[in-house]
Amino acid sequence: MLASSAPATKPAEAGSAPGFRPGRRHRTIPAAAMARLALVPSILFCAIGFYGAMLWTVVISFTTSSIIPRYTFAGLAQYADLFGMDRWHTAYTNMFLFGSLYIACSLAFGVLLAVALDQGVKGRGLLQTVFLYPIALSFIVTGLAWQWLLNPTTGLQNYVRGLGFQSFAFDWLSSPNRAIYTLVVAGVWHAAGLVMAIVYAGLGSIDHEIWRAGRVDGIPRTKMYLRVILPMLKPVIVVCVVLLAMDVVKSYELVVAMTGGGPGYSTDLPAKFVVDNLFTRTNIGLASAAATLMLASVVMLLMAFGWFQKRRATP
Amino acid sequence: MTATVTSRAALTLSSRTAKRRSSNVVGRIGLYLFLVGAALFFALPLIIMISTSLKTVDEIRLGSIFLPPRSLDTSAWAKAWSSACIGRSCGGIRGGFWNSVRIMVPSSVLSVLLSALNGYALSLWRIRHAGALLSALTVGAFIPYQVLIYPLVRLSSDIGIYSSISAIVMVHVLFGLPILTLIFRNFYLSLPEELIKAARVDGAGFFRIFFRIVLPMSTNVVIVTLILSVTGVWNDYLLSLVFAGRDNLPMTVELASLVSTRIGVPEYNVNMAATIITALPPLLLYVVSGRYFVRGVTDGAVKG
Repeated sequence: MLASSAPATKPAEAGSAPGFRPGRRHRTIPAAAMARLALVPSILFCAIGFYGAMLWTVVISFTTSSIIPRYTFAGLAQYADLFGMDRWHTAYTNMFLFGSLYIACSLAFGVLLAVALDQGVKGRGLLQTVFLYPIALSFIVTGLAWQWLLNPTTGLQNYVRGLGFQSFAFDWLSSPNRAIYTLVVAGVWHAAGLVMAIVYAGLGSIDHEIWRAGRVDGIPRTKMYLRVILPMLKPVIVVCVVLLAMDVVKSYELVVAMTGGGPGYSTDLPAKFVVDNLFTRTNIGLASAAATLMLASVVMLLMAFGWFQKRRATP
Repeated sequence: MTATVTSRAALTLSSRTAKRRSSNVVGRIGLYLFLVGAALFFALPLIIMISTSLKTVDEIRLGSIFLPPRSLDTSAWAKAWSSACIGRSCGGIRGGFWNSVRIMVPSSVLSVLLSALNGYALSLWRIRHAGALLSALTVGAFIPYQVLIYPLVRLSSDIGIYSSISAIVMVHVLFGLPILTLIFRNFYLSLPEELIKAARVDGAGFFRIFFRIVLPMSTNVVIVTLILSVTGVWNDYLLSLVFAGRDNLPMTVELASLVSTRIGVPEYNVNMAATIITALPPLLLYVVSGRYFVRGVTDGAVKG
């Protein structure tokens, strides 16, 4: 309480708090601990948001919940209901139909584009920009744009008929059997550019020596690509496949924008099925069962991917 | 003997080059045809949308979709922006635009900052089980939204933020964390250890090193991740529909409602103008940032 006290450098009182370093700030938390501390909020956030939520959904799928969750164990009742629904069967088979076509065509088209651009063409930058721009668009925009183009009354069919070909028919969009293919067209349009960009980057990383060796041996270019280069790019292509597959499982907005799941529910996909049952029909149990099956599909995909990686690592 | 061998070799070589040259020209033409055709395929929807948005309703009805507009009538654009009817209110898509901005800014800023901090901690500091943490985080990126939506709705409503900007921002940050953290962490791994060591010897702590040293070195990565985040958030439909609340619906949602609002004759020109306006921000970002966008997209892909 001396009025004239100079700012006290408190002498180290015996037995003071740990971590106390005289002459510095009191109680500095060591930086390494700070790093751990800084991660804790994110870890908690993700643990609850991803894993906690996922577990919750799986649990609900085994209960008798309908409009509100009711935690009475119901075994596989929800799944039984699910498998009895024609709409779910359509949605699930559509996922494989749409998925395989979407992945195969995007891959083929993207690789062709990348290889074509690799031939030293002029205006490559401009072409790349044109090929890749759809990836910047929302799936809603993509779906709407293609819906207009393929709309029988105003789009392509109308145009060709106007040219005089009265019997030209391109009404895939309104045909229950064919509408799913319109989704493929729009999807490939959106994704092929991404495949191209990734594969093109991969092509650029191939050692020039390999090309020279091929030239010296007189291997024609097409064979060079098919037998040598593309097999070397297998990991890149696998990455593309995984990405495209993820898009397929998630594809909600494309269906909503292009066909609304119709005609009827012929273009339904599991993603839309789940959301519809959650919010429109409010059958939480059923929706959770469907969502759990979606999750199972993803898990199998990841396991296949992991198996492929392991196989690659052991020559 | 060598003379005949070399001359024969020269002969076959020259005939081979001659054959190669002629098939080369054909091949070249085919190549360019393919590329131009593909470019047309990609550009067509956008061209059609722009041209239709500049027509009048009668022109659309009576003409075909591929005809160019007779005159550049921009009234559809004005209508889409400020007076088109979405459901019952006729205020155009302008409200949706500002909502998108209000959602995007906090979401992207928080996402990038948090991911940078996490990536920094996981790469330059010794964290036990860092690898396992990262793997667990990456797996999170693969979980389909539909598996998580209901629990997240319940959680956010229990906290009391459901149907608000806070809810959608938190959801966007959550879903952005895996890929963005991975990108930052991989980038920071390439920074020299001596830099951090020297700073620590000077007494700098965790946060000071981050803000004074590491972050200023990260401009490229920040741009790339910002682009990824902004594009993803702006183009989102489902999450915003569920979490943002009726007063905060972004452009993508408003667009879908606008297009399905049928009052009388469907006004395709207005619909397309609205679609283009919604697509414009990320598209412009793409055109302007070019290489960064490509890098972001391929980085996010390859790292993931």
